Amino acid sequence: MANENLNLTLKVWRQNGPNNPGRMETYQVKDISPDSSFLEMMDVLNNNLIETGKDPVAFDHDCREGICGSCSMFINGEAHGPDRGVTTCQLHMRKFKSGDTIHIEPWRAKAFPVIKDLVVDRSSFDRIIQAGGFISVNTSGNTVDANAIPINKEDADKAFDAATCIGCGACVASCKNASAMLFVSAKVSQLALLPQGRVEAEDRVLNMVHQMDEEGFGNCTNTGACEVECPKGISLENIARMNREYASALVKKG
Amino acid sequence: MALSALFLLFFLLQHLTINMMSVFSADLFNETSHFMGTNFLVQFLLQPLLIFAVVFHFVMGFILELKNRSSRDVNYAVFKGAANSSWTSRNMIISGLVILAFIGLHFYDFWLPELDHKYISVLPEDPSRYFGELQHKFADLWRVILYCIAFVLLGLHLDHGFQSAFQSVGFNNKYTPSIKMLGTAYSILIPLGFIFIALFHYFTQSH
Ligand code: HEM
Ligand code: SF4
Ligand code: FES
Repeated sequence: MANENLNLTLKVWRQNGPNNPGRMETYQVKDISPDSSFLEMMDVLNNNLIETGKDPVAFDHDCREGICGSCSMFINGEAHGPDRGVTTCQLHMRKFKSGDTIHIEPWRAKAFPVIKDLVVDRSSFDRIIQAGGFISVNTSGNTVDANAIPINKEDADKAFDAATCIGCGACVASCKNASAMLFVSAKVSQLALLPQGRVEAEDRVLNMVHQMDEEGFGNCTNTGACEVECPKGISLENIARMNREYASALVKKG
Repeated sequence: MALSALFLLFFLLQHLTINMMSVFSADLFNETSHFMGTNFLVQFLLQPLLIFAVVFHFVMGFILELKNRSSRDVNYAVFKGAANSSWTSRNMIISGLVILAFIGLHFYDFWLPELDHKYISVLPEDPSRYFGELQHKFADLWRVILYCIAFVLLGLHLDHGFQSAFQSVGFNNKYTPSIKMLGTAYSILIPLGFIFIALFHYFTQSH
């Protein structure tokens, strides 16, 4: 029956620090409820480790409801595991069978160095945002109401869809090139589609793409892996839009 | 990358069209080949452009591949690429390398003799030589087999490449499903056409 509890073999990446070599370690966990989430299963593992005096597995997590984007885990060869449109915290253990071996690795990319075990440093994303993922408005008291500018429904919807990106990095982790194009294009699009964002659109796309390259992310070859693995279903349309924005900004600004 | 690729896509269509003529009429093929081989615009504008596009495309392809490989310094123990992307999209460098090897053979087969004829031995113009040269090449079974293998790999390259080029230049809209269908048709029909021509000439001559 599907609701039988699970006994699993876990192969988990352990690495003491950024400069230590890491290795895969094998652990057994028993009696896991199929209704629990993947992170709850990891909590069980960590409790076992603590009880036996061992170092628990470090992993990022915060909201545990699919909105913060922190729970980065590469599970059985896929970002956030085998399910679609979910983060690791939203992944249910019922997606696995008793007796399964589960490989758990950190996001792998030169631009996401490992801090410890499954925790990686994603501040490269922050620096890309700092390079242009904002609009410059004076908020000192006489801010114009955003709703004062009418926006057509289709653009508003597309901007909203792009804005649902939670910056998890699954796109980078899944991409064979470790390219950050889906993330950056979502951040470029959410602003480029709105009149408030048009003002700085050219500088924004040039600066953000420049920063993306500086950070050492790979280049997009349109495999589409990112779109499939993205928990928020961010569309490749955004990458095409960014390519257009970038080309026209390059022509205008050099 | 995408711009050179789009040019190559157009070139392949034109190349196939001329080759197809050899199936229907030796004279027509000779005439067109003579025109292409002697026309000033073709020889000194389109041909250099083509050489540039090919070289640019594969050099950029190598650079792209190397950069992309170096952007992940530690590899995954388990990586399920097939779960989210096509084999052809993940192996453009493999199909590309086979095409490059083919281009090498193709140059040796047709382009070097052509250069020799025109510029080194400086033989007299002979507008009816092309069909015979073509038949001669396709008398060799091994060559025909190598050509066919290369065309299959070309098909795989284009299966991903055709629609990818449109995405790269920023074209992704309501026509994208049609572009993808057109790409699939192109990537099957064009290589199939070349394979057909190679086999046709192998089987219609006495060995
Ligand atoms: C007649 C010959 C060829 C044609 C028609 C062709 C066509 C294409 C097309 C349409 C693309 C997609 C471009 C994009 O998305 O930006 C592409 C990409 C690529 N090609 Fe070629 N190609 C040819 C030969 C070669 C050769 C000789 C190589 C040698 C290594 C090569 C390697 C690559 C690589 C690495 C990519 C990038 C991967 C990607 O964008 O997905 N190609 N090619
Ligand atoms: S585009 Fe998707 S996969 Fe990439 S960071 Fe945003 S939410 Fe995560
Ligand atoms: S813990 Fe916040 S998205 Fe998973």
